[in-house]
Amino acid sequence: MMRVNVTVNGRPQQADDVWEGESLLYVLRERLGLPGSKNACEQGECGSCTVRLDGVPVCSCLVAAGQAEGREVVTVEGLAQLAGRRTEDGELAPVQQAFIDAGAVQCGFCTPGLLVAADEMLERNPNPSDEDIREALSGNLCRCTGYEKIMDAVRLAAARQQEAV
Amino acid sequence: MDFLRPASWQEALAAKAEHPAAVPIAGGTDVMVEINFDHRRPEHLLDLTRIADLYEWEVGERSVRLGASVPYTKIMENLRAELPGLALASHTVASPQIRNRGGVGGNLGTASPAGDAHPALLAAGAEVEVESVRGSRRIPIDAFFTGVKRNALAADELIKWVHIEKADGPQQFSKVGTRNAMVIAVCAFGLALHPATRTVRTGIGSAAPTPVRAGAAEEFLNAALDEGGFWDNGRIVPPSVVKQFAQLCSGACNPIDDVRGTAAYRRHAVGVMARRTLTWTWESYRGARRLTEGAA
Ligand SMILES: Cc1cc2nc3c(=O)[nH]c(=O)nc-3n(C[C@H](O)[C@H](O)[C@H](O)COP(=O)(O)OP(=O)(O)OC[C@H]3O[C@@H](n4cnc5c(N)ncnc54)[C@H](O)[C@@H]3O)c2cc1C
Ligand code: FES
Ligand code: FES
Repeated sequence: MMRVNVTVNGRPQQADDVWEGESLLYVLRERLGLPGSKNACEQGECGSCTVRLDGVPVCSCLVAAGQAEGREVVTVEGLAQLAGRRTEDGELAPVQQAFIDAGAVQCGFCTPGLLVAADEMLERNPNPSDEDIREALSGNLCRCTGYEKIMDAVRLAAARQQEAV
Repeated sequence: MDFLRPASWQEALAAKAEHPAAVPIAGGTDVMVEINFDHRRPEHLLDLTRIADLYEWEVGERSVRLGASVPYTKIMENLRAELPGLALASHTVASPQIRNRGGVGGNLGTASPAGDAHPALLAAGAEVEVESVRGSRRIPIDAFFTGVKRNALAADELIKWVHIEKADGPQQFSKVGTRNAMVIAVCAFGLALHPATRTVRTGIGSAAPTPVRAGAAEEFLNAALDEGGFWDNGRIVPPSVVKQFAQLCSGACNPIDDVRGTAAYRRHAVGVMARRTLTWTWESYRGARRLTEGAA
């Protein structure tokens, strides 16, 4: 067993008694009380566990906990803060608000992973084409929506982001 | 289980020498799946993600020296001109999340016949530089794959660099799967024209126990292109030659039936991909020739 130090959503955290083969996803959900990242397939296929590791979107189910030592992780719980909003007000990141407004959330299981992936793309590419959006979200499966509403949500978030500047 | 976290390459080699059964973990996109599903429970995991060297690449005169852990995303973004075949292959790997973590070192470590980097490396020409506390050696890519999911690494060796020849002509990569994202190839085909040496090289994935080159097809095509003076006159390769090349590529397959496709389907698909990639690359070779001649 080992101890893992990792900064999550801007806060230094410590997890103890971590098994060496454990995933970052497990540490986030079961040891750090952050159940936003979902656990569905544990084999990189669904993207519901997507987090940013040192800024880069990855499947947290495929990151060994020890590989996150000393690194920075952003989960869906940290998106609002990342977007510079005050979470205490219950405000959401623009991409989260857009998902709600566009009706892109049904059962919601895929939503956290999609939000993290979409948010990162919008940061990199503020004016994405439909093709760019599809590509950026191609690692996230949704069983409910048929993706059209999700596309709408990301287009909406991009448009609002453009207006804001 | 122990989690070994070497901070430098030398430390990693020392750790691997001390624990030859330790399982290296880079992007973890193969290793973690096995651990999550209890298919593997190694005594030691050897984390390579702290070794900065493995994330670097250098474009040299004739080849690119690619660090074992450079993720596919970086290859697509930075090495498209030098390594077009590998960049295309990288783009077909899984999803952005996987491409942000996984790289060629891990693909070679797993040595799956379905690994997408392999056909591109075979077609481009590459050497895998491996090292242990005993020293380093370069393994030609043609000698690297020794069996189903087996490679030429000794127990104490790690992959440091992959030296890949820079493209001297058009390259293509084609893959048959069931869906665009996330598919393990039903089969894949890489082709590189090498005008400098007037040769064509190929790589086939998922159609034999290891990734293979279609040697007989290459020899046939090299001779046919040479005899017809095609490299110089830039004419269209005759359909009969293309057809024969495709048939010989199919013949290089030694596929198995499995859930992803039958052997006959794979042979057929490889023939189709061989025909297409030859047509595409030859067209762009002709186009490039016309441009340089127009300029001259
Ligand atoms: C959902 C999903 C989809 C996928 N789709 C594809 C696909 O389309 N095409 C494809 O080719 N692959 C695919 N893969 C497999 C995987 O992503 C690739 O094989 C990838 O290249 C592995 O790289 P990695 O760094 O993650 O390897 P790791 O999992 O870290 O390691 C893989 C193997 O290589 C060894 N290893 C790693 N680095 C070294 C080194 N420097 N020296 C010696 N040994 C080393 C490890 O011990 C292990 O045996 C997929 C995986 C997932 C989870
Ligand atoms: S749980 Fe990680 S990709 Fe599905
Ligand atoms: S909303 Fe249910 S899986 Fe996407």
